[in-house]
Amino acid sequence: MNEPTLYETEDRQHDVPRNVYRFDLPRRDFFKLMGAGITVGLYLRPGLAQESAAQRQFSGEQLPASLAAWLHIGEDGAVTVFTGKAELGQNIRTSLSQQVAEELHAPISAIHLVMADTDLTPYDRGTFGSRTTPTMGPQLRRVAATAREVLAAVAAERWQVKPASLVVRDGRFVNPSSNQSLSFAELSKGRELVKVLVEEVNLEPPADWKVAGTSVPKLDGRDFVTGRHQYTTDMSRPGMLHGKVLRPSTFRANLASVDTGAASKMAGVTVVRDGDFVAAAAADESLAARAVATMTAQWSAPPQISEKELFSFLKNKPDPAAGIEADPPQVAGSLEEGYNAAAKTLAQTYTIAYIAHVPLEPRAALAEWKDDKLTVWTGTQRPFAVRDELAQAFRVPSSKVRVIVPDTGSAYGGKHTGDAAVEAARLAKASGKPVKIVWSREEEFTWAYFRPSGVIDVKSGVANDGRITAWEFDNYNSGPAAIGTPYHIANQRIQFHPVDPPLRQGSYRGLAAPANHFAREVHMDELAHGVGMDPLEFRLRNLNDPRLRAVFEAAAEKFGWGREKPSAKRGFGMGGGFEKGGYVATCVEIEIEDGEVRVGRVAEAFECGAVVNPQGLNNQISGAIVQGLGSALFEAIHFDKGRILNPHLAEYRVPRFSDLPKIEVAVINRKDLPPAGAGETPMMGIAPAISNAIFSATGTRLRSLPLAPEGLSTRS
Amino acid sequence: MPYTLVVNGTERRLDTPADESLLSVLRNHLELTGTKYGCGEGQCGACTVLLEGKPVRSCRTPVSLALGKKITTIEGLEQNGRLHPVQEAFLSVEAFQCAYCTSGMIMSAVALLEANPKPSEEDIARRMEGNVCRCGTYSRIVAAIQQAASRKGVTR
Repeated sequence: MNEPTLYETEDRQHDVPRNVYRFDLPRRDFFKLMGAGITVGLYLRPGLAQESAAQRQFSGEQLPASLAAWLHIGEDGAVTVFTGKAELGQNIRTSLSQQVAEELHAPISAIHLVMADTDLTPYDRGTFGSRTTPTMGPQLRRVAATAREVLAAVAAERWQVKPASLVVRDGRFVNPSSNQSLSFAELSKGRELVKVLVEEVNLEPPADWKVAGTSVPKLDGRDFVTGRHQYTTDMSRPGMLHGKVLRPSTFRANLASVDTGAASKMAGVTVVRDGDFVAAAAADESLAARAVATMTAQWSAPPQISEKELFSFLKNKPDPAAGIEADPPQVAGSLEEGYNAAAKTLAQTYTIAYIAHVPLEPRAALAEWKDDKLTVWTGTQRPFAVRDELAQAFRVPSSKVRVIVPDTGSAYGGKHTGDAAVEAARLAKASGKPVKIVWSREEEFTWAYFRPSGVIDVKSGVANDGRITAWEFDNYNSGPAAIGTPYHIANQRIQFHPVDPPLRQGSYRGLAAPANHFAREVHMDELAHGVGMDPLEFRLRNLNDPRLRAVFEAAAEKFGWGREKPSAKRGFGMGGGFEKGGYVATCVEIEIEDGEVRVGRVAEAFECGAVVNPQGLNNQISGAIVQGLGSALFEAIHFDKGRILNPHLAEYRVPRFSDLPKIEVAVINRKDLPPAGAGETPMMGIAPAISNAIFSATGTRLRSLPLAPEGLSTRS
Repeated sequence: MPYTLVVNGTERRLDTPADESLLSVLRNHLELTGTKYGCGEGQCGACTVLLEGKPVRSCRTPVSLALGKKITTIEGLEQNGRLHPVQEAFLSVEAFQCAYCTSGMIMSAVALLEANPKPSEEDIARRMEGNVCRCGTYSRIVAAIQQAASRKGVTR
């Protein structure tokens, strides 16, 4: 339980170069594996590429280390692209293929992505932080553009013409002067070319995109509507057993004693006790569960807090004596001057409950030892980190562990760790057979990790003309993502205060950005009302960033902001901001009946540079709004002294069909800007917008997430 | 307990405890893994199959209750390589993200359209309330069901 919190790893280590990747596949083995053809790889760091390219290019015995991505064109013309990113429902298998097709001028049906397989794909830190589109996209585009140039050179040599004179379309090179043409297959036939990308290549500008930038349907969509796709939970191996783990009585509990005698006597059951890990495996899933149910264990656990103490605990727990110190404050200008210039000041506290990811496919892993090599199929966002976690757990070199991520039933930041993988591998080692573990929903709700709870204090000063003159923002525990204000404020102090948290917590879609946006954008609404300004006008008064202004204006226009006056039964609110290259503004209309709040309508404007797949983007935005609506209104994990009190879907409410608002999305497609990710930022405006809308209808200001888990009557 | 199940038009001989869930029998003994485990509580709908055309939560249905009844799973909708109109509509509307809920959504939608060939948005929300899409693609699922309803009207 004392591992570093994941948002720290993410937020603070984005720029730390990783040098652990070793790509030792010998070149001859590589062609044996892939067949002859043409291979193009891209170095992770340009400096390294220049250093070693001269000696490595076309002559090396092995593919170079530190590859970011690579691509192979087989003798049959099939294009195989290798990337360490994982498909979790965000639709990158399609959007990345589109970008490869664009640069290669090949039909998208010829392209196959091999994703997130630690033996086959280059090292990747993980699929999170909306990084695939801004980083992996351009990397694959460069690889594909280079592959096209290699093919052009082969064709030009064949025809004795200049490469630039050739035309390429639909996977064929054409020599316009002779009208001859050659397919990718014909050009790759009999070749064993390896090109490592060194120089910058010219990429198609988004304005000229023909395949990228269009709504290509999910490539393997048919496998999902027929049930044919195999998620980790669906996989099996010959002789496979099912595993079940004995879970502790509470968090942080140590095993004092356990009696596994009855389970051990059950025919066909393998029992493992190793330290605090107790589990059983059997050919039959229910037999494994029955075996664990026969075990009796005593656990000892330290005293732990209850939920009602949570916020005072978080506020008082930053403890330099325990080695936990606040981040240095981000300071600008002079707060004293800021408050002197203010006509009004405001200090408010906002709180954030713990919530769960609830990925519909629970954590799962299938582990198999063969000789001394471990292979694990598991739904994770960090296959290489899970590989290292397994290597460490079983004290074997990372090269003896292979992690493969089948396209996964969602994650939302919740599948960074390898818990199920380690459990399955431990049982597989003991039983000598492949073992699959699928967490139950209750285990998922209890033994995964949560979005951090938090306390956020905001203090501000505002002049009569609506200019914010001072801004102080202190976030306790929920996290530093998007903690800074996008508004132009001369005098400010912003600080994150980490805490040793009472529950296991980690990354969640957007990290702390939804929480920080909630506090900031509700506070903005409070200030606007304080100085008697319209919330949109007030934001624009304090906003210089033209991209953020543009989404606020677009959302307001789509919504018809200000067209209707709020009433006791109908309220309007807005929220927005900027994070991870994306700009979002959200307007909502809420309806109140018998104290129940329902979101009736949402208009959201979003801008993330050039759009790669409009339909996929729309799906991400609408989905983020719906998921954000749940955490805004009613989602909360309840706990008491190390136990989760609502670890079932009947007790943890998630958005359902009846919660669905009318959603209108306005995407600003900036073809003049590079594409940014869209998995997280579209979620950030909804919670503050709902709170502000409730205020506009009722005059009651709600500053705690979730806003109305039992409706409004008990809260006002 | 040896018994016979009729799954997707085929008789299957089995021998499992009578109280084993239909979901477990389908997934672990018949390799019909298109039907998903989501919660085991009958709360998410990912495990929905049809018993005599009626949607049931297979995770909460002991296999003994399915004996002698016509069981249809997601694998049984496609006929001679032709997708069911609801599958077609989910594909064309792209009514999914991670798609883990999709099998259950489609089975519930097939049953809904059998009972009500022209459902309103409210009808859909009411009848589909027990199916969770955590990715939040509900608006596309509603659109897909309505598209399937209109296409079915044309083709049948």
